[in-house]
Amino acid sequence: MSNNFLSWKAKYDAQRERKGPFFTVSSVPIDPLYAPGHTADIDYTRDLGNPGEYPYTRGVRSNMYRGRLWTMRMFAGFATATESNERYKFLLSQGQTGLSVAFDMPTIMGYDSDHPRAFGEVGRVGVAIDSLQDMETLFKDISLDQVSTSMTINAPAAILWAMYIVAAEKQGIPAHKLTGTIQNDILKEYIAQKSWIFPPDPSMRLITDIFKYAKDNVPKWNSISISGYHIREAGSTALQELAFTLADGFAYVEAGIKAGLDVDDFAPRLSFFFNSHTDFFEEIAKYRAARRIWARHMKEKYGAKKEESLLLRFHTQTAGCSLTGPQMENNIVRTAYQAMAAVLGGTQSLHTNSMDEVLALPSEKSVQIALRTQQVLAYETGVTNTIDPLAGSYFVETLTNQMEEGAEEYFRKIDEFGGVLGAIRENFFQQEIADAAYRYQKEIESKDRIIVGINEFVSEKKEKMDLLKIDPEVERSQVSKLTALKQSRDNILVQTTLADLKAAAQGTDNLIPKIMDAVRAYATEGEMIAVLKEVFGEYREQAVF
Amino acid sequence: MNKTRIRVLVGKPGLDGHDRGAKVIARALRDAGMEVIYSGLHQTPEQLVEAAIQEDVDLIGISVLSGAHMTIFPRIKELLKEQNAEDILLMGGGTIPEEDIETLIESGHVEALFTPGATTTEIVSWIKERVTAVKAEVK
Amino acid sequence: MNKETLDQWIERLFKGDRRATAKLISWVEDDIERAYIMHSVLKQTEHRMVVGITGPPGAGKSSLVEMLTTLYRDKDERVGIVAVDPSSPYSGGAILGDRIRMQTHGTDRDVFIRSMGTRGHLGGVTRSTSYILRILEGAGYGRLLLETVGVGQSELEIMQIADTVVVVLNPGTGDGIQAIKAGIMEVADVFVVNKADLPGAERMKGDIEMMLNLSCNGSGWRPPVVLTSVTNETGLETLFERIEAHRAYMLESGQKDVRRKEHLRQQVWRHWEDRLQATFDDVWQAAQGEFRDLQKADPYEVAGALWAERFKEDKWDE
Repeated sequence: MSNNFLSWKAKYDAQRERKGPFFTVSSVPIDPLYAPGHTADIDYTRDLGNPGEYPYTRGVRSNMYRGRLWTMRMFAGFATATESNERYKFLLSQGQTGLSVAFDMPTIMGYDSDHPRAFGEVGRVGVAIDSLQDMETLFKDISLDQVSTSMTINAPAAILWAMYIVAAEKQGIPAHKLTGTIQNDILKEYIAQKSWIFPPDPSMRLITDIFKYAKDNVPKWNSISISGYHIREAGSTALQELAFTLADGFAYVEAGIKAGLDVDDFAPRLSFFFNSHTDFFEEIAKYRAARRIWARHMKEKYGAKKEESLLLRFHTQTAGCSLTGPQMENNIVRTAYQAMAAVLGGTQSLHTNSMDEVLALPSEKSVQIALRTQQVLAYETGVTNTIDPLAGSYFVETLTNQMEEGAEEYFRKIDEFGGVLGAIRENFFQQEIADAAYRYQKEIESKDRIIVGINEFVSEKKEKMDLLKIDPEVERSQVSKLTALKQSRDNILVQTTLADLKAAAQGTDNLIPKIMDAVRAYATEGEMIAVLKEVFGEYREQAVF
Repeated sequence: MNKTRIRVLVGKPGLDGHDRGAKVIARALRDAGMEVIYSGLHQTPEQLVEAAIQEDVDLIGISVLSGAHMTIFPRIKELLKEQNAEDILLMGGGTIPEEDIETLIESGHVEALFTPGATTTEIVSWIKERVTAVKAEVK
Repeated sequence: MNKETLDQWIERLFKGDRRATAKLISWVEDDIERAYIMHSVLKQTEHRMVVGITGPPGAGKSSLVEMLTTLYRDKDERVGIVAVDPSSPYSGGAILGDRIRMQTHGTDRDVFIRSMGTRGHLGGVTRSTSYILRILEGAGYGRLLLETVGVGQSELEIMQIADTVVVVLNPGTGDGIQAIKAGIMEVADVFVVNKADLPGAERMKGDIEMMLNLSCNGSGWRPPVVLTSVTNETGLETLFERIEAHRAYMLESGQKDVRRKEHLRQQVWRHWEDRLQATFDDVWQAAQGEFRDLQKADPYEVAGALWAERFKEDKWDE
């Protein structure tokens, strides 16, 4: 450190400091000042690069938001396909530029709406999709070559994707014109979100089947959205979110290569999904470090040649776990700051949470505010006028470097377990996350960490909010539609296609075409999953605390 | 050193897999000296009630984030009644609107419900007070 | 509570009432009317054999217990399971998570699973563990399984309760060497190398067989080493058979009685120990006023003086 810095430090130390601790949301301690000495070793070309240039720290495109703003993509879905279809049309009319489908728990877990386990859960956290019929209704009057659609679905992703492709087929749109994403990231399910169905090996097979099918038939489709959002929501730190997500990414790359693909065949279509939590600078550093780490590993370790294989493109969602029940309007403010961090971090698309999501699905009013938040950010704040404005900041570049170092440290630890699957088996990630979650909660309770409205600036007033309610009638109507479908379809054809699917699952053929055949026959998701369960078995967790 | 302990079943009913809250609570209850039987994910009400009976817990604490609370709590209460185990207290937490909390408590289906923002300290105190009071009544 | 009510609960236990089973277990665990309850229960039970499963955390004990239970259920037998987990030495609380891995049997009325914390008792099991197994037997659960966490010395306690001790290890984790270091060879009646789908399983089996060659004197029972994989569902029938074989051996050779006598000795000693502990606490408490110069006190003298005072007839001899 320079003499200048030391003399400032002396003056600083002589003064009173307000009550700390001074740490990030992830409990990382932050210094009062960052100065040239901190970033003296940074080489612009080697460590930053211009936007759109290796190692892409400053952004994946050379023109970023000057060329095109991020996609404003609000996650939505509830009740039946009819109601969700209306909500999508509303959002598109209000200026949303991409669709994002939220499915209900039975659909996520592979159960039809009439299954006993689905009781009470149909349409509550997302839209109920049991068959192709529902998928067709979901996109009624929405031309699938005019929108890009992201579907948040994992264990049964192959089936829902097949339904989308066939629904487009029925609209007269060929698969090669479709754009969108399926989340399809099973590793993070084992680690954090826990909506699994099958054990790891058959799940990876389904994923590589999707990679292969997309490469040949749906080339504009992002076949996976490698996610850190859920890992963060489960309680991890920013660094863990970064490291575990990228580790998962590398695991998928290795799986694709092992399945016989050339890395450049599928890597360009790998996309990512991060959280944006409230610590402004920590999040920005995280995104920048992510791009750099991915580019370096893809080039140096996996030998990717195509530029597109080196680009870490990501969607961001603001942090659901940061929202509070009391004084719900404060959530609008939190979401705004989090959105700004994502944009300064160079996200390709963004979902902003609605203020009432801590207790229910968004009302029309709250989701409009959430969308407006992005629009104000894009058009009024000026942060989109220049690319990667924070580059060169002593603080931000230091944090970015620290993130990268920390991530590499984690990669080494994961290697010791023999990779991600081994580490999952030994509960490595799960334990790290549980510990971080517990520590965070304790910090709140000891008031080392202040959350406005929760442990400080508390208001005694009980507020009444107009929350979205899901009518129990939704479940009844969905079930009766399903019953009618099961009677009106060609059940012999359904049985045949299901038998073919089972046979294919026992072998090594790509399952997507067989799934599509069953989908066209109006086989239900639950029926297809049941058949696959017979062959693949079911996963069981080992809980850690 | 056989001291009486408060025994709690912490459960995740239904299809929702978000267990951050349930696990943080389980740990906090353990740190407060209680014996916590953690049910694991994807439990049916039948599985939860059976576990509660075999483990002779004082209290069942359920975490529901899937919006299915209006069916799940009454169902568990019903099963407890069928098994003559109504003395086992039922409470929980999750994404539950105020209105629904009032309905569930007034109808006697639930003793208490905590929403995001409630601290583990609050929850631990509530459990200790309530269970101790109930045990005193029984004696 | 009055004896009549208690008798009613005990009656219900013998009829297989699950609530009664659970309540009586709690009372015995909490030392409420323990002696009275156990008098009644022990009179009515045959003292059926107990299979104990122990090993380091994460070895897969619970999953194996679940699979064994399935095999017993296939033969229409009713199974009682006690799973013991360590309590926190700081708070006394515990997270008891073994049930999770036995989900298949969660609603089967012919399987009873009870989780227990060690409640400050070192050694992997507690004072009341063996009594609780008898209560389960009283409720009609004929097959009794006890699962404990065993690392090092604490495996030995399970020997005082179980008639067949199964030790579960995992390959590639250094378990083998640790086990040998901890003197586990004496404890195990059956060795299981679980997660046999992982590399190093055969190696570990070989290592254990080698140690057995050295320590076994050729008489009686040589612990078999079974490779199992819960994921691939292999080795489970073999394990089941080996356990049954050991059971038969124990009966035919008369070893069961030998071991049972040792169990009894341990239990009687524990009752004496508790009594002496309580007595000591009283005596110590009462004597507090007498100790003026604690730094220079001679422990032998103090011990002798207090003993002589309390037991009057005995003089403390060195």
